Amino acid sequence: MRQYRKSILFVSGNSPKMLQDAPVFGSDGIVLDLEEAVAPEEKDSARLLVKEALRFFDYSDMDVIVRINSLSSGFGEKDIELIARERPFALMVPKASAEQIAQIENKLDQVEKEEGIPAGSIKLIPVIETAYALQYVHQIVTSSPRITGAFLNAEGLTADFGMQRTKEGEEILYARSRVVVACRAEKLNAIDTPFMDSDDYEGLEKDCYKARNMGFTGKAAIDGRQIDTIHRFFS
Amino acid sequence: MVISKAAQAGSSETSDILIMVSPNPDGGIKLELDSKKVILKQFGKQIEKVIREKIAEMGVKDIMVIAKDNGALDYTIRARVQAAIERAI
Repeated sequence: MRQYRKSILFVSGNSPKMLQDAPVFGSDGIVLDLEEAVAPEEKDSARLLVKEALRFFDYSDMDVIVRINSLSSGFGEKDIELIARERPFALMVPKASAEQIAQIENKLDQVEKEEGIPAGSIKLIPVIETAYALQYVHQIVTSSPRITGAFLNAEGLTADFGMQRTKEGEEILYARSRVVVACRAEKLNAIDTPFMDSDDYEGLEKDCYKARNMGFTGKAAIDGRQIDTIHRFFS
Repeated sequence: MVISKAAQAGSSETSDILIMVSPNPDGGIKLELDSKKVILKQFGKQIEKVIREKIAEMGVKDIMVIAKDNGALDYTIRARVQAAIERAI
């Protein structure tokens, strides 16, 4: 399994300060987010900022993952076209489906060939955040040899189900179990959803304990201050 | 590449730069840089250089640029200039 197995830190792809500060927290991977964290009218600007950041900073101590927009949004293809050429470790694919993974893989094949990047070297991490993705999670994580793990986004999933999200997370018990089983069966990283209250360290500890005991290999963070706690629970 | 309308990119947040571009009816490149005095004194020339290099790289000949810097590094300046120009063509 890849290095990013314990922790990934999400940072907005349109925030220069966050892009600069991200490496200091010591997460295994950083996710430069072009999707949720960026307003539609800023997608073009954020895409260029992430491209320049990938050229400018030394992110060699961590896996650099870029969360692109879905292909159906109209932004995803441009994200791949510009960002893949900068050779990130992986692209994170929102609202994952096997069909979308196949389309992205075709595009990556083309970009890798044009840039002289070894075929298949840019990896994919599907985001499980819809009822459809949850139902077909095993099919999704086995749909491409580029896939190194999956990320459960409980905020998206509970919104798709119309459920209320709680700190205790009882509402995502089944989803967590399903994602873990699919990933573990294929020896892939299983990254748990972030704990959304970045000031509640006790809540974060309980959430990490729960996720680790369910079999997740790691957990996402929305704040760099969460990384130390996450690393105490995952190895 | 011809600038046909006014556009902007970036923000006034820390470590960012707000780039506003518009057509220059007098022709050529006109650049106005605004930042903290100490930044202008130490890095003003470097910021200008990065902006002008990006403008040249994009093949723009006639443009007015107003840049309000808040401590942006070179990579941010390049990205914001490109975004503003792409929005203005």
